[in-house]
Amino acid sequence: MRFLLLMNYGEVGSGCAPMTEWSPADIKAHIDFQHALNAELMERGELVDAQGLAGPDQARFVVSDGAGAPVVTDGPFPESKELVAGYRMVDVEAAERAIEIAAQTSAAPGQDGVPLRQPIEVRQVLSAPDPEL
Amino acid sequence: MTPGTEGLLRGLAPQALGAVARRYGSFADAEDAVQEALVAAATAWPADGLPDNPLAWLVRVASRRMVDQHRRDDARRRREDVAASWSIAPPESAPGRDDTLLLLFTCCHPALTPASAIPLALRAVAGLTTREIAAAFLVPEATMAQRISRAKARIKASDEPFRLPSPAERGARLRLVLHVLYLLFNEGYASNSGPDVARTDLSGEAIRLTRILHATLPDDPELAGLLALMLLTDARRPARSGPDGELIPLAVQDRTRWDRRLIAEGEALLTEALSHGQVGEYQLQAAVSAVHDQAPRYAVTDWAEIQALYGLLENMTGNPMVRLNRAVASAMADGPSHGLALLDGLEERLGDHHRLHAVRAHLAELAGDIPTAVAELRRAAAGATNLRERHHLTTRAARLAGGDR
Repeated sequence: MRFLLLMNYGEVGSGCAPMTEWSPADIKAHIDFQHALNAELMERGELVDAQGLAGPDQARFVVSDGAGAPVVTDGPFPESKELVAGYRMVDVEAAERAIEIAAQTSAAPGQDGVPLRQPIEVRQVLSAPDPEL
Repeated sequence: MTPGTEGLLRGLAPQALGAVARRYGSFADAEDAVQEALVAAATAWPADGLPDNPLAWLVRVASRRMVDQHRRDDARRRREDVAASWSIAPPESAPGRDDTLLLLFTCCHPALTPASAIPLALRAVAGLTTREIAAAFLVPEATMAQRISRAKARIKASDEPFRLPSPAERGARLRLVLHVLYLLFNEGYASNSGPDVARTDLSGEAIRLTRILHATLPDDPELAGLLALMLLTDARRPARSGPDGELIPLAVQDRTRWDRRLIAEGEALLTEALSHGQVGEYQLQAAVSAVHDQAPRYAVTDWAEIQALYGLLENMTGNPMVRLNRAVASAMADGPSHGLALLDGLEERLGDHHRLHAVRAHLAELAGDIPTAVAELRRAAAGATNLRERHHLTTRAARLAGGDR
């Protein structure tokens, strides 16, 4: 079963300041944590992909009617909290395992090493159909 | 690699692995060594020409790797001053023809989940490369390599000797093997339609392995039943998806596109299997498939027979999903109200399962209750966990709601 674990720019449970205000050591600890988690998931044969996305300032919204020129809206956006910051895709044997990985992700270290308690959106990827049809 | 070499290597892989593992007594290490030998052969043979005895070539190269590995391990151990010695077991005189069986028994180990047994069996027994297996399951090669090596580590840790289980244990282990092959077939069958033509044909691999196993154990009725089920199901594959990969349900498939040769082979296997008088779930599922395959049109399917077969299967397995199939057959045989009655109380066992809603929608539609059918189809679409099924359900709901039949 595949799951997409999504992180956005919303408020984190620990209420800590944005990463730009952390000490270099805290930032390094956070990045090391993410690398270590990827390595662990790879080692367990569960990692499909993990990517961080460029910041909300570089996000664009594109709307088109298929005929005229598309309307492209540049950032910054007032609702940037809802934008996706990064994702992991995992291939696991059961939904419980995806929850477990999400919990691990949520507890990534923030300022002064305090767990971030970042909300992780866990979404199952649709699979191929059953053979009985 | 040329298709000729590829096919040859796949056939030789289990034989080489069986020979090396038996000679050195370690499945996990032999599997690594044979993989390396296969990779070497894939480069060397097309360039230098086929060796006189390809199997002997593979065994020789793999054995050399085993010995190299042994020396390295041995040197390390001596450095660490560990007294343990890695002794090479004397070669057994067991013939090689049982190797496929032995390897499948080893891969379908009780310590492994089917999800980890399947990739291992594909590499060790079907001779696929890690890259091919990774592509088939749409994960990175490194992830798949880890999955396989973890599976092997578990087998190694279990300390089970590399030999056939005792006759007393063999039956239970064979059930496990059949279950793994069945899941492998389903995985392939589910992913095979659509644009992903480059993906490895997993149901084809499942059929190939089951054929080899059946050739080794021709008298096991459930094994024959499983092979029959695969062939009778695979026969419908050409009619099962449209040009854009969309699902075409059984009811409206172009039956002239079914593979009559596979159907005939499946039916013959099933008849033989049933003659043993030991009916099991694969034989029953194959029998259902055979009834479908025999019907010239959906409407003239022998629904009473299918209903009876699902009744036996439900008694045997207690699986509530079987009840869903029985309800459809019952509605077709005796009318929708009979089918709907069979769905009563299934919520308690299946919960809010999308298949329950899909079946209820189907039966409501047969009964002429279009509003219920539309509502149930929408609930089913919302809960579907696979894409083509969701498209199918959404489209049906839209058609029914719009009166466009």
